[in-house]
Amino acid sequence: MKRRQFVQTLGAGSAVAGLGLLGGCATGGGSGAKVVVIGGGYGGATAAKYVRMFSDYSIDVTLVEPNAAFVSCPISNLVLQGSKTITDITTPYDNLSKRHGVKVVRDMAASIDPEKRIVKLAGGAELPYDRLILSPGIDFMWDTLPGMAKEGAKDKVLHAWKAGPQTVALRKQLEAMPDGGVYALSIPLAPYRCPPGPYERACMVANYFKKAKPKSKVVIFDANDDITSKKGLFTKAWNEHYKDIIEYRPKHKVVDVDAATNTLKFEFNDDFKASVANVLPTMRAGDIAVKTGLATANARWCEVDFLTFEAKAAKNIHVLGDSIQIAPAMPKSGHMANQHGKTCAAAVVSLLQGKEPPQLPIYANTCYSFVTEEDVVHVSSVHRYDAEKKTMLPVQGAGGLSSAASELEGRYALAWARNIWADSLA
Amino acid sequence: MIRTKQWLLACTLGAAALGAQAQVSQVKVWAAACANCHGTDGRAQPGMEALAGKDKDDLLQKLLDFKSGRKPATIMHQLSKGYTDEQLTQIAAYFAGQKK
Repeated sequence: MKRRQFVQTLGAGSAVAGLGLLGGCATGGGSGAKVVVIGGGYGGATAAKYVRMFSDYSIDVTLVEPNAAFVSCPISNLVLQGSKTITDITTPYDNLSKRHGVKVVRDMAASIDPEKRIVKLAGGAELPYDRLILSPGIDFMWDTLPGMAKEGAKDKVLHAWKAGPQTVALRKQLEAMPDGGVYALSIPLAPYRCPPGPYERACMVANYFKKAKPKSKVVIFDANDDITSKKGLFTKAWNEHYKDIIEYRPKHKVVDVDAATNTLKFEFNDDFKASVANVLPTMRAGDIAVKTGLATANARWCEVDFLTFEAKAAKNIHVLGDSIQIAPAMPKSGHMANQHGKTCAAAVVSLLQGKEPPQLPIYANTCYSFVTEEDVVHVSSVHRYDAEKKTMLPVQGAGGLSSAASELEGRYALAWARNIWADSLA
Repeated sequence: MIRTKQWLLACTLGAAALGAQAQVSQVKVWAAACANCHGTDGRAQPGMEALAGKDKDDLLQKLLDFKSGRKPATIMHQLSKGYTDEQLTQIAAYFAGQKK
């Protein structure tokens, strides 16, 4: 029997699997076991592909993702700047199916029954699983900004912190803004998705203004006490390239927004009216993870076992990517989510084969930020599992920052993007 | 019932096929962590160095030179310091064994 036929036979048996036969089958050693992955971002797509690869294509993988294609958050600030288009940062899911036999289901996960091990989809279908991998990214805590509940508010004051239609819409707002206008960007308290991302965004919007509307300003309102990532490098870039454009105001926590007038309201400071307001609300784990009761850290993030990414709150459910309660010095980044995906995939395959998962995860984070359309800076770190503390810890003496922004790193940043998109999705 | 039979057949075949299946080794997962930049199994996209099928000793020497600072780099001198020489040796051997 050829592999493809085998998988099809398996598909035909999925109705039976729901009755519990599958569990017995899976203990035979993994072949034919069912893994469902929710979320096709850097974490979920990578996990789906690597469960197939690490199991020699013997484990059945279904990926549930509502979007037709993957749109990358990294590089999306260049769409705001104007040198890239949304098409440049979009990758289809086709190759996950064609090359790796992942079944891609375009739907939303509506609920999870951890006891029966079934995912119910918004479209009505039910997917049984032996192990579930949840990579739903972040969602926003809208209740912290009451004004954003008003009709139309979320279409006017954008976050563009999930790349896609909002990225395009924010670019249009910037294009429509008259010269002399003010773009305000608010940053929530850490932890949030992509620590250096907002500061890169400020550079990219300022870069566009410098060329297209030089009388315009960028004002950054940061809820944090200081720049949370690559401080020296960003400060240098702002002084060198955008001295009269970018203004940075720390300790400014947005507590409400009047979208009708693009007005930001703060905990302690005066209201600020912008021409374009770009608000990054406080973030937490994706809705489905919270709804399933997995967000055990402050009801925001999901605690996991770092050897397997199994959630502390539920057996057979693994959570990875931006949704997790991070280990010390571990950023919420696409690169890191891809690394989680592989560690998790190796553990899931091992567990379904009745074997011990690899016991010494080591992986790196690399995060590039554009400070001009060509010059880039990076921060890197290496993280290693500490068996005693049962967490990932940064390896002392490894990792670091760019010595200075450079065009060479600009080329590497784009090559990084091509490679990680292919590694996650092709 | 027919479906059940198909299912049980699939299970049996699956279990039989499993005998040949290797455990997911630690070095395979370490090497996978390099793939973000250097491509799945070291087969890189344009603009980044491919590692698949390269000479083991050359790969290891480069990694050790990055680690000691002898070989200048933008980022590899920082990342290589996160691994022991023994781990780098295993990773170099893994990539050397991959098809180009």
